[in-house]
Amino acid sequence: MRGYALRRLAQMVPVVIGTTFLIYAMMWALPGDPLAGRCGNQPCPQSYVNRMTETYNLADPLLVQYVKYLGRIITGDLGQTFAGVPVADELLHRFPVTIQLALMAVVVEVVLGVSAGVLAAVRPGGLLDNLVLVSTLAVVSIPVFVLALLAQTVAGVRLGWFPVTWDGSAASLILPAFVLGGLSLAFVARMMRSSMVENLHADHVRTAVAKGLSPRRVILAHGARNSLIPVVTLVGADFGTLLGGAVVVEMIFNIGGVGELILHSVRDGEIGTVTVAVTLLVVLFLVVNLLVDLVYPLLDPRIRHA
Amino acid sequence: MGMSARVAWSVVVGAALVLSGCGADGPAGDGGGDRSITVRGCAPENPLVPGMTMESCGGQVVDQLFSKLIRYDPDTAEPVYEIAESIDSEDNTTWTVTLRSGWTFHNGDPVTSQSFVDAWNWVAYAPNGTLNSYFFRMIEGYADLQPREAITPDVEITPGMVEKSEMSGLRVIDDLTFEVTLSQPESSFPLRVGYAAFAPMPDEFFADPEAFGRNPIGTGPFEFVEWSQSSEIRLRAYDGYQGAVTPQIDEVTFRIYQDDLAAYNDLQADNVDVIPQLPVSALADDTYQDDLGDRYVEKEALVVSTISFAPEAVDPNVADPRLRQAISMAIDREAITEQIFHGTRQPATGWVAPGVAGYQADVCGVYCTYEPERARELYDEAGGYEGTLTLAYNSDGDNRPWVDAVCNSITEVLDVECAGVPIPDFGTFRSRVNAREVAGMFRNLWQADYPSIENFLAPVYATGASSNDSDYSNPEFDELITEAASLKGDAALAKYNEAEALLPADMPSIPLWYATTVAGYSTKVDNVKITPFQTIDLLSVTIR
Repeated sequence: MRGYALRRLAQMVPVVIGTTFLIYAMMWALPGDPLAGRCGNQPCPQSYVNRMTETYNLADPLLVQYVKYLGRIITGDLGQTFAGVPVADELLHRFPVTIQLALMAVVVEVVLGVSAGVLAAVRPGGLLDNLVLVSTLAVVSIPVFVLALLAQTVAGVRLGWFPVTWDGSAASLILPAFVLGGLSLAFVARMMRSSMVENLHADHVRTAVAKGLSPRRVILAHGARNSLIPVVTLVGADFGTLLGGAVVVEMIFNIGGVGELILHSVRDGEIGTVTVAVTLLVVLFLVVNLLVDLVYPLLDPRIRHA
Repeated sequence: MGMSARVAWSVVVGAALVLSGCGADGPAGDGGGDRSITVRGCAPENPLVPGMTMESCGGQVVDQLFSKLIRYDPDTAEPVYEIAESIDSEDNTTWTVTLRSGWTFHNGDPVTSQSFVDAWNWVAYAPNGTLNSYFFRMIEGYADLQPREAITPDVEITPGMVEKSEMSGLRVIDDLTFEVTLSQPESSFPLRVGYAAFAPMPDEFFADPEAFGRNPIGTGPFEFVEWSQSSEIRLRAYDGYQGAVTPQIDEVTFRIYQDDLAAYNDLQADNVDVIPQLPVSALADDTYQDDLGDRYVEKEALVVSTISFAPEAVDPNVADPRLRQAISMAIDREAITEQIFHGTRQPATGWVAPGVAGYQADVCGVYCTYEPERARELYDEAGGYEGTLTLAYNSDGDNRPWVDAVCNSITEVLDVECAGVPIPDFGTFRSRVNAREVAGMFRNLWQADYPSIENFLAPVYATGASSNDSDYSNPEFDELITEAASLKGDAALAKYNEAEALLPADMPSIPLWYATTVAGYSTKVDNVKITPFQTIDLLSVTIR
């Protein structure tokens, strides 16, 4: 298993380098001069243009720029944003926030989703099953910004139950986490349900029932655990989406996370910042998926990584 | 296979909790007692150095940290001496600046004439590559601090490429007096020095400008406490502040918001105390009055929106002044400002915004009023227009609605096709305008750097001026502007009025509307005033 993990880690290296180049090239190809809009209604002073061009190698051809950039990154210098803040500082501030939000969302989606799925699967076609079906359908059909604004206005401004925007505390991330997790919750619940329904007819479950185990133990230990495999795969992939795709929720709840950083860096044409931030997201995504693969044997003893 | 499923889950949940516990450094909540307020801020685009700050996000912070020779009265925009005791000149060319004694930087260093001279030289010095160096162009010897030869953008400007590091026009006389010699007479000089770029800087700045930008030390009513990236900038009142009006609050936090609506929702929940500009969605149908009651203020801004025409060399088809006048008269400004801007814009009647000394209403006269009949007559006289009129704009702002409305108005009256041309973002839009690549018409907006009638005319319509996007050139206009600059007081204002009066005949641009700022505030604060520069005057804010 350790050999397997190492092999997977080694495979990440070319992927990461490839990613940096792709992102860099895409940002480079964006139209517009990143310095043009910075001086309002007049061209920027020549001296400013020259200083920025020099600092960020803006005048070099793509490959030269990229190699210079990679050279700096490898020595551990992530450079500065246009606002003069070290990119490393920005990332250190923002990544914990985004990861925290994503993890909280995952907890929401897994706890609620799995419970709803299990409840629904116990009696397929029953009242609970239909209730779960309808309620998840309702949530998943609302666009995220509507859900977020609605939650903010009702639970934040009108009722005052939650902080309206992020104030740095974990408590102020609860509402955004529910909004974010609520969207994937439907998929988790449905996948859990169908996987569970299938598993409850499997041989080992029938054996367990025949042995005279309590229904509770049959469902939780023999049914649910084996049914988690597709759900874990889904959640793993979803975690990546939550990391990078929380931009809308971050904007609405004013959360100083990575999504927001990437958004405004793309807008301002800050190639270096975007490249580092996106690459880190890719690394996180790969690591999470590796972890998911490593969790499989824990859930189903039949799976072994060689 | 040692770990059970339950353990695996608790690892995930546990990790989430650990991360929550040691979470990121965010804003620290209220803190700082009762006399602290929170103001809606936005992320500064540059280090917090006056010479490097050109946009309003950093500007509203820098303005609190740094005092200048003068400040602008928040009600009238009139200049009031701040650090200066007097700024005098016999000939509008050589100015003697006398400072008040007793001013200190936040680190205790005294403010001397050297603090000003060094700061101004630093900003103007090309190898430093500042954004605001243009503001010093009027000072004698500015050119010596720029590269001797024309250079391309890809070379670094080194100290070896410039003649000098100090402008010959700046001379320290004693600790509290210095002399400024301009390259030509400029009656508005005392008005200009209230801009952030003219702030004095302490010795510490020159030692390490980069570190200073993250930990600035100024002379202003508030001193810097902390800048937590992405979340807030905290300042507190400076005990040693020497200004005539001192702040009534102890601490101010600029909380950084990317989104207007998030800030507005926080205002409704009393989580933020002041929002300098309410979002458009709150202004629609006067929603804000229901939400906030009487907790809002309005103020005219020194802003005029216009439609500019491509230079004749680029697009000769829109050069005929009669065509331009016809288009202007075909725009129903009243209806558009009411329907699209919900009354936060007022139809413009000239090229200078109200609120500066010398402003005159109705300079544009009939050419800026909705006159469908006369518009059609002039349009026919000018020989009409072949094809589709285009109006370019940046689509990352809220421009589309009014651009479409203006085009509809033109099409309806003149029976000519008119189409808005979106350009994705402001940067691209401006670079294409600067490169003279935009044909037809394009949107424009002029916000005054300092409250002077001169600032609305000279930088925009004088031949070769920095913001003359249409390459407008009228020798008579230029002459009047030059003459006005050498006169004083009312005589100067009269000349500027004469110059503006020349514009309707040529219609270098079509004035559309002036802007009003609407600010909202929480139940905690009172006495909120908006400056003419669309920021909050923190010296007058009081706690309820």
